[in-house]
Amino acid sequence: MTTQTQGQTTRALILFALVAALLVGTGVMQSWNVALTILNMGLISAVMALGVNIQWGYAGLFNVGIMGFVALGGLGAVLISMPPNTEAASAGGLRIALGLVLGAATVVAAILAYMRLPKFRGWATAAILLAGFFVFRSVLDPGVAAVEAVNPASEGNIGGLGLPVLLAWPVGGLLAAGAAWVIGKTALGLRSDYLAIATLGIAEIVIAVMKNEDWMARGVKNVIGLPRPVPYEVDLQQAEWFRELVTEFGTDPVTASTIFVKLAYAGLFGVILLGLIWLTQSALASPWGRMMRAIRDNETAAEAMGKDVTARHLQVFVLGSAVVGLAGAMMTTLDGQLTPGTYQPLRFTFLVWVMVIVGGSGNNWGAVLGGFLIWWLWVQVEPLGALLMQGITAGMADGSWLKAHLLDSVAHMRLLTMGLVLLLVLRFSPRGLLPER
Amino acid sequence: MDILNALVALANFVIVPATAYGAQLALGALGVTLIYGILRFSNFAHGDTMAFGTMAVVLTTWGLQAAGITGGPLPTALLALPVGIAATALLLLGTDRAVYRFYRVKKAVPVTFVIASLGVMFVMNGLVRFIIGPDDQRFADGERFLITARDFKEMTGLAEGLALKTTQVITVVVAVIVVAVLFWFLNKTRTGKSMRAYSDNEDLALLSGINPERVVMYTWLMVAALATIAGTLYGLDKSFKPFTYFQLLLPIFAAAIVGGLGSPLGAIAGGFVIAFAEVTITYPLKKVLGYLLPESLEPDGLVQLLSTDYKFAVSFVILIIVLLFRPTGLFKGKAV
Repeated sequence: MTTQTQGQTTRALILFALVAALLVGTGVMQSWNVALTILNMGLISAVMALGVNIQWGYAGLFNVGIMGFVALGGLGAVLISMPPNTEAASAGGLRIALGLVLGAATVVAAILAYMRLPKFRGWATAAILLAGFFVFRSVLDPGVAAVEAVNPASEGNIGGLGLPVLLAWPVGGLLAAGAAWVIGKTALGLRSDYLAIATLGIAEIVIAVMKNEDWMARGVKNVIGLPRPVPYEVDLQQAEWFRELVTEFGTDPVTASTIFVKLAYAGLFGVILLGLIWLTQSALASPWGRMMRAIRDNETAAEAMGKDVTARHLQVFVLGSAVVGLAGAMMTTLDGQLTPGTYQPLRFTFLVWVMVIVGGSGNNWGAVLGGFLIWWLWVQVEPLGALLMQGITAGMADGSWLKAHLLDSVAHMRLLTMGLVLLLVLRFSPRGLLPER
Repeated sequence: MDILNALVALANFVIVPATAYGAQLALGALGVTLIYGILRFSNFAHGDTMAFGTMAVVLTTWGLQAAGITGGPLPTALLALPVGIAATALLLLGTDRAVYRFYRVKKAVPVTFVIASLGVMFVMNGLVRFIIGPDDQRFADGERFLITARDFKEMTGLAEGLALKTTQVITVVVAVIVVAVLFWFLNKTRTGKSMRAYSDNEDLALLSGINPERVVMYTWLMVAALATIAGTLYGLDKSFKPFTYFQLLLPIFAAAIVGGLGSPLGAIAGGFVIAFAEVTITYPLKKVLGYLLPESLEPDGLVQLLSTDYKFAVSFVILIIVLLFRPTGLFKGKAV
């Protein structure tokens, strides 16, 4: 090991120790429940950041549609793990499936027509798309109406497959990967800004579809009560072994059960994160990783060496999106609900970007560090900001409008702080806290 | 008569709103395209720049109203525009000094600028929410309608009414004036010519003694004016909510790309293409078709191709089609 890499390792250890200290500090100063909540979302954020780092750090692909892939992962979790709704599925499930198949067939036929026809291909493609759209709507719409009419107050959707929720995680990743393939096929190979704008668009569309297609996952009425991979707090409090454990430690069973559940989640997420780090690190060190970095650093040279740049880009784009989808499914499982209304680009796309840039793009450990650190900051800016504002406004007269306004506006400190952190890191430490080796 | 009624219905629900919306998008896209042409990056902070400018206008409007000054039949916000533009210009010049100039001197790659603009976007977004809050603000005053639907029906005796909102007319009038001034500036003045030269070929422009910092400063000033005017017109027509302005980013980018990034004429065309497509496809055409088709063929449904919630999908699909078949846009913008 050279001294440089040794120095880097020490630096990484110190920074991760700092994250641990922040979490422990939160546990001691606030409560262990808060600290573990931050830890769990931190683990998920780290997985998201890893996914983005695969795209940006390995290949220089600028994806600003992370929110869409996160949401698709969440949708996967719902479709796999929720109990089946046989009544709704028999009422319109078949029609919907047929409609979707017809829709897909229309697109495929249009693409084939465009590629194969010798003459009038533009008109033929347009005609196929137009006719296909009306057929698609006429088949799909009655099915949707039938499904949404089934018990709309609490269901009104096709339900899921009723499979274990852990299985939903890779499926969420697959859904995201599928969407990434479609978008990558169209926008990759064009200039980088176009991919950015295309992904920005697809994310908005995914959210719009999830909000409005009630038959799928109830839209803004939200799906709640997703099955959990870990025991429920109430069951724990009843369990014999758990009560013995609690009396041994001498703690309150209610608090202990909430902490136990969070620790169980943390264990699951931790295993996934470590597995992904191992995979990504070996990928980066392999010939494939070297090729990716060669492509990133000089596309023309890599192309001259016979590397298929567009195909590699598509591959890495799909892989990264799958990891983000996986994180999305994990998050929906942790929340126990899917709430399409809460997906905001600033929180789910641009915050993850801050994590990757601050952590160190191109370095997997950096992305993970950024995930933890920025998530901690995101949560803690609010109480810290409130303290700061109280300090600033302490001298002002009570009841003055400025004081009230400043105290009310604390919630918006977050965005301001994140922007400043991003700009400062980009300016003074452009390679991030843990630079690529 | 039926044909006239159909035309009036179409004008009332599609043509008039889409024209106003198109003018707003065009002004927004002009800002994006100017930044792209001169500074060579896609500015993700543009939506929030518009929000900031509009916020400054809203606050000034309230101040004017409190002082008893109004625009009479016109919205007071028009009087407040210069203040809003000045505030936005200061903010943009400040950001350029604090953020972008560093990377310009370093000759950083475009994507670095884009990431920096993400940071700027966060800060501006936070700033706007911090000052005025995340809620809806209405600030339109003056006459609401130029012609109400009822007046129109009485005047013409048709079954369908055509309402013309004051804000829609103002939008189009202001947009025409702004675009005329912009094109005069770009084509006739010395500074405008040097800006176009800089955009076409940076090295050649530098060689002929054009001061790049001056060009950049003028660009930001023009962007400040365009963004503030676009945002204010949109806010007058609909309402002002910071998050909506952030979401406008997508149709604005789509308009700029469809027209051809870097081409001012293209930005205007793109704005109208996107606006008309969005409004036509998300509007239920039943009423219009009801007048045109014989009774037996009358459609049962609303003939709404897509629900209004999918309006983003429309701009997106147009964007994809243009990217696939004509990546440089309708008006041959910059490639690469």
